[in-house]
Amino acid sequence: MEVDQTVWGVIMEKDRNKVLRAVDMSKCIGCCSCMLACARNVHGDYSPVKSAVRIHSSGGFQGRFVANICRGCIRPACAEVCHSGALNERSGGGVKLVKEKCIGCRKCIGACSVQGIIFDEQENKPIVCLQCGSCVKNCPHNVLSMEVNNNFYEEFNKSFDD
Amino acid sequence: MKNSIKVLMIDLNNQKIEIENRKDLTAFLGGVGTGIKLLEENLIDEWDPYHEGQPIVLSIGPMETIFPAVTKVVALFKSPLTGELGESYAGMRLGMAMRFAGYDAIVITGKAKRPMYLYISNHEIEFKNAEALWGLDTEETGRLMRDIEEGAGLRSIMRIGVSGERKIPFAGVNVDTYRHFGRLGLGAVFGSKLLKGIVIHGNGNEIIHNKKEFKGVYDGIYAKVVETDHMEKYHGLGTSINIMPLNNMNALPTRNLQKSSFEYANEISGEAFAQEKLFRKLACAGCPIGCIHVAIQRKKFGDPVEYSWAGISYDHELIFAVGSFLGIGNKEDILSLIETIELLGLDCMSTGVLLGWVTEAYERGLITKDQIGRAVKFGDVEGYQYIIKNMIQGSNNFYKTISKGTHHASEVYGGKEFAAVLGKHEMAGYHTGYGNLLGMTMGARHSHLDNGGYSLDQAMKDLDKNKLIDDLIQEEIERNIQNCLVICLFSRKIYDLDTIINALKVIGIEYDTEQLMALGKEIFKMKVRAKKKLGFDYSSITFPKRFFETETLHGKLNEDVANELLEIYIGKMEELCKEHINLFSQIEGEKKLV
Repeated sequence: MEVDQTVWGVIMEKDRNKVLRAVDMSKCIGCCSCMLACARNVHGDYSPVKSAVRIHSSGGFQGRFVANICRGCIRPACAEVCHSGALNERSGGGVKLVKEKCIGCRKCIGACSVQGIIFDEQENKPIVCLQCGSCVKNCPHNVLSMEVNNNFYEEFNKSFDD
Repeated sequence: MKNSIKVLMIDLNNQKIEIENRKDLTAFLGGVGTGIKLLEENLIDEWDPYHEGQPIVLSIGPMETIFPAVTKVVALFKSPLTGELGESYAGMRLGMAMRFAGYDAIVITGKAKRPMYLYISNHEIEFKNAEALWGLDTEETGRLMRDIEEGAGLRSIMRIGVSGERKIPFAGVNVDTYRHFGRLGLGAVFGSKLLKGIVIHGNGNEIIHNKKEFKGVYDGIYAKVVETDHMEKYHGLGTSINIMPLNNMNALPTRNLQKSSFEYANEISGEAFAQEKLFRKLACAGCPIGCIHVAIQRKKFGDPVEYSWAGISYDHELIFAVGSFLGIGNKEDILSLIETIELLGLDCMSTGVLLGWVTEAYERGLITKDQIGRAVKFGDVEGYQYIIKNMIQGSNNFYKTISKGTHHASEVYGGKEFAAVLGKHEMAGYHTGYGNLLGMTMGARHSHLDNGGYSLDQAMKDLDKNKLIDDLIQEEIERNIQNCLVICLFSRKIYDLDTIINALKVIGIEYDTEQLMALGKEIFKMKVRAKKKLGFDYSSITFPKRFFETETLHGKLNEDVANELLEIYIGKMEELCKEHINLFSQIEGEKKLV
């Protein structure tokens, strides 16, 4: 639930937004169910090309699986470099994309140091994680999870104490 | 939903491609249906399997990857091992990559002038020099192709090892390290075309037009996959769960099928592997099960504590082939043989069965120590390593001969009676009874998966000859339907006909049960026709004596009964082949294409 912070002031625990976490990649079996779910449920497409979550092997299949996801930054570098106002900080961490404002400059892609944003060449827009948790529901091994980033709220609430 | 099958035709001779949108092929649905049609169109029956004009067909179906556990790709070719129908299945990332690269089928003909690999994506097809990759094992080849090409996470990498390059007729194609087009020699056909590998990058997209309806059907199937126990066996211990029950029912082929139970079965069981060796599980893209079991192999290479390691995938069939079948009751030894076979790119089942035959032929004096270069006995892992390596090198005439497969070796040296082959194809890990015997012999590709005869044996109490044959044929017809969609057969209980009909409907393809069954039958007929044209003579089938000398779940089998069953099968098969099936008339608006 999105909370109107100006009315509520301090955000209570039950109202805190969650962000996506890859909590235990050692359990990942590489089934791509999360990518397919993101593409299907969020982007209305069958192809994992349209997924904000990217699972791939590191060092081949003999290596391990890694997840490139939006880490839900408290002060997102991608939003900082966005001059068109398309990417905005999201309560709880991460960003929100206003597609209409995006001009496809790709600055956000370069600014994200953890490969958390993919560029959709076809749409000429970045694919940004909505932090909706659809991928988590389709992960058979609980590798992915939606969790509150308490640091965000500690900082936020502190700003009211001051 | 699109109303045609998109076929990518690749000509290696001229480095040309052509994309055909074939409306007529929709009558065959996809997968093995469109695949067998494309094979029929492109194959020159009388030509050698290695003739440059022979095609390799790869095919997927309309449900590929977008439904849970619909993950496979079927390959069709002329088998260099049997000289007839080559049909093999592989998963991992290949289905996903092919679908989103945008091709329903790929047909490769011709021969490269120099070693080559292909890069295929949604908007690019490249013919790449593979001179430096030629001679490398499957792992290093895969590593380099991964490093050179783009598309991590959305691509699939097929490659052959040295066995494919050297046209060993039971060389497979390695797909993404842990899956394979294993059986019947596709790797050798790649080798004959100087084709080292193929990278497919699934970088295209496909919009869902009815998101809500699709989600409903998808979620229902997904829940069935993860919440019911239909597939638990495959996720839990994996297929190696079969070792102990098969052993206990006298159905685990042991020491070249001299026996059907193994005194060390509990040492090499799925339970034992899981407890001591399993270190991770993997899944094909789009399947939440994770049936691929990977064992850690620690290798001591020096004193006092020098170790290396490898992650080796294991399955029931591999444990049988280089375990019980060779009298090897030690997990380390099994893993070391699997590793060698993997790196060279051989089919593990065929290799194991061949080694079993070599061991017995040596013990019986049909082949000598001089020919082999050393003595060999059951359980002799070093001997087997030695034989495999010499076979790949073709070190002498003996090795050149056995490298052509168990059937060929037994024709040259004798010992056909104990060669564990059915239809020139090395047996799989079941000696359950008549169902398996007839199933592998008469199945279109002589695979235990053609009709699951081993499973019918386990469900059967008393032999009802007509019923057994009816069931085998019926099962093969139904599997043809599942294979049109290239559903992983591990999920066959989830994808019953009603589920398939609903899934197809939500992506805009209308079928009813009757139409699906007609298609399954038509494919059955097409395969029989293809086999006959390739020279497979149903009237000349014989069974090696060994299959009657060893206990099965149902006691020892009787050769006369087997021959009687064969006669019944051929009778029913011919009857079915006479039935008129008109696929086209069922698809309104496409009639004029006929």
